[in-house]
Amino acid sequence: MLQIRNLTKIYEGGVKALDNVSFDVPDGQFLAVIGLSGSGKSTLLRCINRLIEPTDGQILWNDVDITQASQEEMREIRRKIGMVFQHFNLVHRSKVITNVLAGRLGYVNPAWSFLNRFPKEDLEKARQQMERMGIADKANHRADELSGGQQQRVGIARALMQDPELILADEPVASLDPVLAHSIMKHLEDINKTDGVTVMCSLHFLDIVHRYADRAIALNEGKLVFEGLPEDIDDDRFKEIYGREAERVG
Amino acid sequence: MTTDLKRSMVVKQSGSGEADMTEKKNKKASPLRSLSVGLITLLILVVYAYGFQVTKVNLEELKSEQRQSSLQRVTRALARPDLFEYDQTEVVVNYPILTPCNPDGTLPSAPEHAEGEPYMIITPGCAEPGSTIQVEGFNFGPNMDGSVRFVPGNDPNNILSLGKDVVIMDNDGYFKLSMELPVRPSDDVQYIRTRVRTNVGTPHFTQTAKDTWEKIIETVFLALLATTFGTFLAIPLSFLAARNLMKPIRSPLTSVSFSLIGWPIGIALGYFIVSWIGKLSSLLNMNPLLDLVAVLLAIFLVWFGLRWALPQAETTTPGKGLRFLRILVMLGCLLVGFFGLFELARLTLSVGRGLIPTLGSFGFLGNFMFQVGDIILIITSVAGALAAGGAISSGLSKFGLKLAERLPASKVKIMNLILAPIAVSTILILGGQLIEWLYQIGNPLIYLWGPLITGIVIGIGLAAFSKPKDTFPTGMVVYTITRTLLNGLRSIEALVMAIVFVIAVGIGPFAGVLALGLHTIVSLGKLYSEQVESIMTGPVEAVTATGANRLQTIIYGVVPQIVPPYISYTMYRWDINVRMSTIIGFVGGGGIGFLLQQNINLLNYRGASAQMLAIAIVVASMDYISSVLREKTI
Repeated sequence: MLQIRNLTKIYEGGVKALDNVSFDVPDGQFLAVIGLSGSGKSTLLRCINRLIEPTDGQILWNDVDITQASQEEMREIRRKIGMVFQHFNLVHRSKVITNVLAGRLGYVNPAWSFLNRFPKEDLEKARQQMERMGIADKANHRADELSGGQQQRVGIARALMQDPELILADEPVASLDPVLAHSIMKHLEDINKTDGVTVMCSLHFLDIVHRYADRAIALNEGKLVFEGLPEDIDDDRFKEIYGREAERVG
Repeated sequence: MTTDLKRSMVVKQSGSGEADMTEKKNKKASPLRSLSVGLITLLILVVYAYGFQVTKVNLEELKSEQRQSSLQRVTRALARPDLFEYDQTEVVVNYPILTPCNPDGTLPSAPEHAEGEPYMIITPGCAEPGSTIQVEGFNFGPNMDGSVRFVPGNDPNNILSLGKDVVIMDNDGYFKLSMELPVRPSDDVQYIRTRVRTNVGTPHFTQTAKDTWEKIIETVFLALLATTFGTFLAIPLSFLAARNLMKPIRSPLTSVSFSLIGWPIGIALGYFIVSWIGKLSSLLNMNPLLDLVAVLLAIFLVWFGLRWALPQAETTTPGKGLRFLRILVMLGCLLVGFFGLFELARLTLSVGRGLIPTLGSFGFLGNFMFQVGDIILIITSVAGALAAGGAISSGLSKFGLKLAERLPASKVKIMNLILAPIAVSTILILGGQLIEWLYQIGNPLIYLWGPLITGIVIGIGLAAFSKPKDTFPTGMVVYTITRTLLNGLRSIEALVMAIVFVIAVGIGPFAGVLALGLHTIVSLGKLYSEQVESIMTGPVEAVTATGANRLQTIIYGVVPQIVPPYISYTMYRWDINVRMSTIIGFVGGGGIGFLLQQNINLLNYRGASAQMLAIAIVVASMDYISSVLREKTI
């Protein structure tokens, strides 16, 4: 159970990216986060694993307050939270297998990982995850030799290496074409349904929200403006979330 | 109608902007503006005029006859690098002449010559000083060239000769020359000498060429060693000088104080322990075989000790007893490791020394081993001290971090009030000792009590006026210090550094290696750190999100991104170092510069030309090689 309580983030310079946001995410849910660009979706997701330090509020995960965790504790919390990015964020010059194994860095002994030594079980696990994502044959390619869809699969495989209980997906399909977008979303759905991993996914297209999400929240200028079932987003709601001028696409 | 509307909209949108524009337009046309343009032009002219004055631009110099002839001479010498020479045979024929003529009109007798041998005829046999005579030569060999000179004094073997007339023989080996006698009146017989030199056999390298070869090799290796050492030390420095890596590092005052206190204690302790181990190993130093066994044993022990104490991955945190045992084993490994290093140093020292005579011309390999052993011996003590300093400091700092996180604010505050003064005054006293060592003031107020009291005041101030759990930007402090150091040292040219190192290690290429190496460290440190600052943040973010610690993030997220620019900058630096090493010899830093400077000072421009040619070839080929390598690696 992830509980967000009065979460506020004010950037240096006074921009209020999150304004007193509170909501709960039950275990095993597929939660969509929607809203305009700049509405605070990315900030929200990054506050949860403290890639961005929240200014105020609490994030309770299994009743542990993430915002109060020390560096050591943060390492143990982060390794249970996988993250998938819009621009995949792979290390381009490294091999695919290295990128995938990077998901284990929170678990392995740092001293050995400096020498690029991973336990046998981890190598086996990496092979399985790449197989699952359909990129096993690319293991020894450089990450930047892969197409966008393949790169995102590597990104998901990396997140899966963490044995995550929660996956934060920051617009995972925004830089992919519709066909690839659905295949990536299906992978996330599979991880959610089969492995029971909670997924928090920020999305732009409402049809994808309708098709995959159990529940949706919407942000507008850092405020929570909607919380409910995806089906409940009708035209009025839509205009509330995206503003009067907005028109629906897709 | 619509256009009117549009215009009004435009006006509304940028009311003040339009006013600005009109003002600008007016400015363009105003006499004030043209005046200012004129003034600026005038100012620029004055600046350049003064520049001409200061740098003494004077093309009249070039026009003077004397300058032109010396320029011609130098240019011609430079165009003929002193690389090849022939063995030569020399034919010298002397012919006696009287100048002025004897009053009795007798002439010196013409020398005898065998049939077919070269001989000369001079008409007339005597002449007034300064008058013109006719010199003819026979049988000198077809198409040869030679010189005709006046030999003063009555010794035909006198090496001194005056004037130089060049003659070219015809097909029969005959020449005819009108020659002006110098004003050297004497009652004795003097001589006219014809000398013809003939090249024999194939050309071979001159001594200059051989010296140049030897020194250019020295130059290339000087540059190679300096670049290698410089690169290795510049890499860690560059991370400390990268703003994006250092900025997030913040720690509470408790932890900072602990780590500041930890450094000197650790360094002292480490140095003490490691030199004790060194003594222990020197006691055991009986024969190389024993050393070898000790080295192998140490490697074996350290490997298995570390394998046991550092499991590859652990899902559950181990118990206290096990953790304590592990730390003990790791400490043991460290001690054994240092012992092994000392033994390794002694082994290479003795093996290297033994190999020098037995290897013959490959003795340099033995010398290499010897020197490496020596380097290990020196570095081990330093590394031990630094490692202990770092370990104790980071251990204490982690302890401080935990205390600051766990304890209530009031207790942390009290702890800060005690620790911060100790930490700050320790650092200041060390600084005071340095000042005392440099300037030898001998006043304890300056090197002891002053820093102590200032440190206590600053420390208490810091602890009192900061919130106990606030963090300090330690990363940015380290960043600023590193950057300042890099920028300061970078502004000192390698040539100047070489002068200092020549005093430290003596004239020779080693001083050059140290000077170029140091300059490489600071300039590459700066260039590298700028590359680190411009990496993509996405991958770093992703690696951080997996729960990797800071060092893991650097190794998995940062390092792969900076490999290509690092390689290309290293190549670039190698290039620069080769060029620098060609002139570092000017100040005694070894390499070809020494020869070049010597030849220029001796006005031996043909020799200097050989060295310049060598430099040009080496620099050009390094340029080519580095560009090819750079293309391959990126």
